[in-house]
Amino acid sequence: MAAKRLKESPSQTAGPYVHIGCTPNFAGIKGVYDGDPGAKMLTDTVEGERITVTGTVFDGQGAPLTDALIEIWQADALGRFGTMNSGFTGWGRCPADQSTGAWRFDTVRPGASSVGAAHIIFWIVARGINVGLHTRMYFPDDPLLDSDPLLSLIEGARRETLIAKEVSPTVFQFDIHLQGAGETVFLDV
Amino acid sequence: MVEPLYPRDRSWHPAAHFPDYKSSIYRSPQKPLIKAPPSQNEDSGPVFGHDMLGPLDNDLIRNFAAPGELAIGPRMIVHGRVLDENARPVPGALIEIWQANAGGRYRHAKEGYLAPLDPNFGGCGRMISADDGTYRFMTVQPGPYPWPNGPNSWRPAHIHFSVFGHSFAQRLITQMYFEGDPLIQLCPIVRAISDPMAIDQLTARLDMEATAPMDALAYHFDIILRGRGSTPFENRPEGN
Ligand SMILES: [Fe+2]
Repeated sequence: MAAKRLKESPSQTAGPYVHIGCTPNFAGIKGVYDGDPGAKMLTDTVEGERITVTGTVFDGQGAPLTDALIEIWQADALGRFGTMNSGFTGWGRCPADQSTGAWRFDTVRPGASSVGAAHIIFWIVARGINVGLHTRMYFPDDPLLDSDPLLSLIEGARRETLIAKEVSPTVFQFDIHLQGAGETVFLDV
Repeated sequence: MVEPLYPRDRSWHPAAHFPDYKSSIYRSPQKPLIKAPPSQNEDSGPVFGHDMLGPLDNDLIRNFAAPGELAIGPRMIVHGRVLDENARPVPGALIEIWQANAGGRYRHAKEGYLAPLDPNFGGCGRMISADDGTYRFMTVQPGPYPWPNGPNSWRPAHIHFSVFGHSFAQRLITQMYFEGDPLIQLCPIVRAISDPMAIDQLTARLDMEATAPMDALAYHFDIILRGRGSTPFENRPEGN
């Protein structure tokens, strides 16, 4: 007898007002939640090298998305996911700036996992995005890039879309392009 | 060894590029998604504890209201279960909702609809599913509202849901509609979903059993997240 299986609830766009539900304090709705979930990834006790990851999501006309919501999920400095090492959950959520579209995470540089180069996992939702988009950001100076199982599936020029630019040793820029010549590689995870 | 998540059935989800929904034209990837090699990296996620919640977080009628005041609109219970594709309860899922007020107006800087704000309605709520997967919100019935898509586009009444299960790969944002609303079939955001049974899955049912007499009508809405397994299953869609 075949087991009965349900279907996943279909996705719908987050729409332009996603901030009301996911980052209400950012949206000016104060006093309901203490703070916005995922707004602060670091505590004083988190071990590892402090880095800033910043960027902008662009549409097919090169315009920044000023209504996007970005979430990241990453390993701690030792390459472990979800260990709660010194209070570091590894999860962050940031709304794009409502005029420039820039977003920013203050976090620690993740360690390499047992299966590939160190990376930060991204999930992007916004008005006009009907199903949330998964991708990954890698670090440009990482000697493990060439042996990473995901990167090795992607041909040269497209592979570059997953590699951040080093602005300074502790600041990395990761712009995401939804369409066009430099369209970011999005993943079916 | 944890079994992998079932692959996401992209044909059940809305099309990324659906020109009737104008915002999707320049915001939809044109190249195919790359199937990521199996990895526990995406298939893990943060844990949300009940201690993050305040006592009124799931009560949109009162969580933004001045002391002694209540949000305006038809009082309503929205409840259901978070399940996986194997019909097992998903406890500990973070459910965040947002909605327009009873007049169809959002509390947001970029919102311009002439329906008035309700000073006692913020429009956000959240909950963590219980051990049996159940969740429950108190709110007011949101109004339908016009939006700048075509010359005369109206969204059916809806509540936005963001759901965070146990895995980042299960991450889901969707919208809940109301049984019997004639605007559902007219909405291009809805029609980006091609299968009528998938649309039906997002349509909450009036639930007289759960109604609070002389207080609030109830609507039932189950949320299904990706499940795990390696054995082939017979796909049998189910609505709410
Ligand atoms: Fe909406």
